[in-house]
Amino acid sequence: MNTQLNEHILDVRDLKMYFPVTRGLLRKKVADVKAVDGVTFKVKRGETLGLVGESGCGKTTIGRCVLRLYQPNDGQIFFEGEDIIPLPEKGIREVRRKMALIFQDPYSSLDPRQSAGSIVGEPLKIHDMVESPIEYRDRVDELFRIVGLDPSMSDRFPHEFSGGQRQRIGVARALACEPSLVICDEPISALDVSIQAQVINLLEELQEGLKGLSYLFIAHDLSVVRHISDRVAVMYLGRIVEVTDSQTLYDDPQHPYTQALLSAVPIADPFIEETRERIILQGEVPTPLDPPPGCSFHPRCSRVIPECSQAVPPLKTVGAEHEVACIRV
Amino acid sequence: MPEILQVNNLETQFFTEGGLVKAVDGVSYHIDEQEIVGLVGESGCGKSVSQLSVMQLVSTPGKIVGGEIIFDGQNLLELEANGPEMRSIRGAKIAMIFQEPMTSLNPVLTIGRQLTETLELHMGLNKSASREKAIEALRDVGIPSAESRIDDYPHHFSGGMRQRVMIAMGLSCNPKILIADEPTTALDVTTQAQLLELMKDMVEQYHASLVIVTHNLGVVARYAQRIYIMYAGRIVEAGTTKDIFADPRHPYTIGLLKCIPRLDEERGRKLVPIVGLPPNLINMQPTCAFSPRCSYKSEKCLKEPWPPLTHLGNEHYVGCFNE
Repeated sequence: MNTQLNEHILDVRDLKMYFPVTRGLLRKKVADVKAVDGVTFKVKRGETLGLVGESGCGKTTIGRCVLRLYQPNDGQIFFEGEDIIPLPEKGIREVRRKMALIFQDPYSSLDPRQSAGSIVGEPLKIHDMVESPIEYRDRVDELFRIVGLDPSMSDRFPHEFSGGQRQRIGVARALACEPSLVICDEPISALDVSIQAQVINLLEELQEGLKGLSYLFIAHDLSVVRHISDRVAVMYLGRIVEVTDSQTLYDDPQHPYTQALLSAVPIADPFIEETRERIILQGEVPTPLDPPPGCSFHPRCSRVIPECSQAVPPLKTVGAEHEVACIRV
Repeated sequence: MPEILQVNNLETQFFTEGGLVKAVDGVSYHIDEQEIVGLVGESGCGKSVSQLSVMQLVSTPGKIVGGEIIFDGQNLLELEANGPEMRSIRGAKIAMIFQEPMTSLNPVLTIGRQLTETLELHMGLNKSASREKAIEALRDVGIPSAESRIDDYPHHFSGGMRQRVMIAMGLSCNPKILIADEPTTALDVTTQAQLLELMKDMVEQYHASLVIVTHNLGVVARYAQRIYIMYAGRIVEAGTTKDIFADPRHPYTIGLLKCIPRLDEERGRKLVPIVGLPPNLINMQPTCAFSPRCSYKSEKCLKEPWPPLTHLGNEHYVGCFNE
């Protein structure tokens, strides 16, 4: 039990999160949006797990469930060995100290009327992490330095910083309480190309420096996810369809959706693009209000057979730490 | 192929309260018939404003202050922006697709009304003929049951479908040039791939040229024959896609290629970010705007005005003293 505790910082089992759709004056429930429908995955200590998928596939919802910002309908979320779903509000606060979230939009996720220093230092006060004003000051300065900002800028306000610098403030705030798990929800997609690399490198360097820091990295950009993650989980319509290490993901993708998703990302090299096979998916992602029966990818799949619409395919192991949910594999 | 568009020394400036912004600062480029050209740069580099200038859609405080835009042997800048001649070109011979398909479609008019408006105006078709043509255009871009969907409003369509409508609208008058300004940035990866493929097929079918304005180097590597790299209102490097990717010469182009993660890279490659920030374009110095971020800069870069483009052979041009 103890070794398992140490190896996996996060262990999510059969997570389900349904959002009710209500109608009429009495707000009668008429349907469920199955945003996350039976998701199981683990994050090892010190590892980065990438969660990739298109909009509406439930990747952000998973992040929010892990932080217990949503109360899931079913399933278990073991964080450092403890199931956090039944925890009362008071207990969850203690858990949240050890988890942090970096948001997508560095423009709306920082309070414009709070100074950068107080944004970064606020978690320290909320969680009683410091004993004296001097210690508070020192810790905020240190956090600024860790993310590559000059501590003398801590009195400035968010609008005085560029997008990349704001995202650094967001990272500093996330690190304030020395979390063991950081959930990064599209942390670079709002930034300019030349600035994205700065933030990616910062996240990588922090992980090398702070031993045991784990990331759950949520993004839609497959090349970024592959670059930063040790393992990648590909999601489609509320379910994980393939999990593997990021090298195998590119070398040997098994699920037809993973293959299509990889093929849809152009590589910045015209010589490779010339000969690359292009799989262009037909149609669009169906609504999670009324997902297709069985494997929800089957209406768009090139390898579909009648059995595909009969039952939801479970994840099965096809190689070392490589799991695929497809009956054709 | 002969040239269809030739832009010479285009200058578009914005007279803002904070000072003068030279959004497009002496840009020259050309587009050949039936060619796919990529215009690459980060936000604020002037790539969109240069295209809006071609359409004469720059509004105050912006103004086109110099240059020539030769289309079909005629300088468009000699035409009045709202005059009948320019109106007969804009949307008909040169069409544009914008980034945000929700804000570029009118929410209170049906898709059909918005499509037939251009057809009636530019092609002189009557009501039933233009409706017929609009249905055909929607079918061409892959909208299922076009005959009934033509009476729907933009909010009935998903983001990808709306962008299909925009493509149908852009191509409905058989334009010579289709300008697509970040056409797929707001969309999902697989939808992006669908739409880019559709655009490529459609311009081939219509024998039109396509200008893809984007920040995504992968997209131009896949589709463009030639590319222009822009930085702070200027073109810093131009050439065939293969020349630029095989042998990038401007420090900014080199930096861009090193700082993006590639899908096919080996694990553990470290990204090399471009240090510093894109410049603030208000009241800029006349020297090379990339020099503060450049690792190859010399004394000359900090003293002399921005270097002109030098020819490296085979359509490859670069604007750098130290290439």
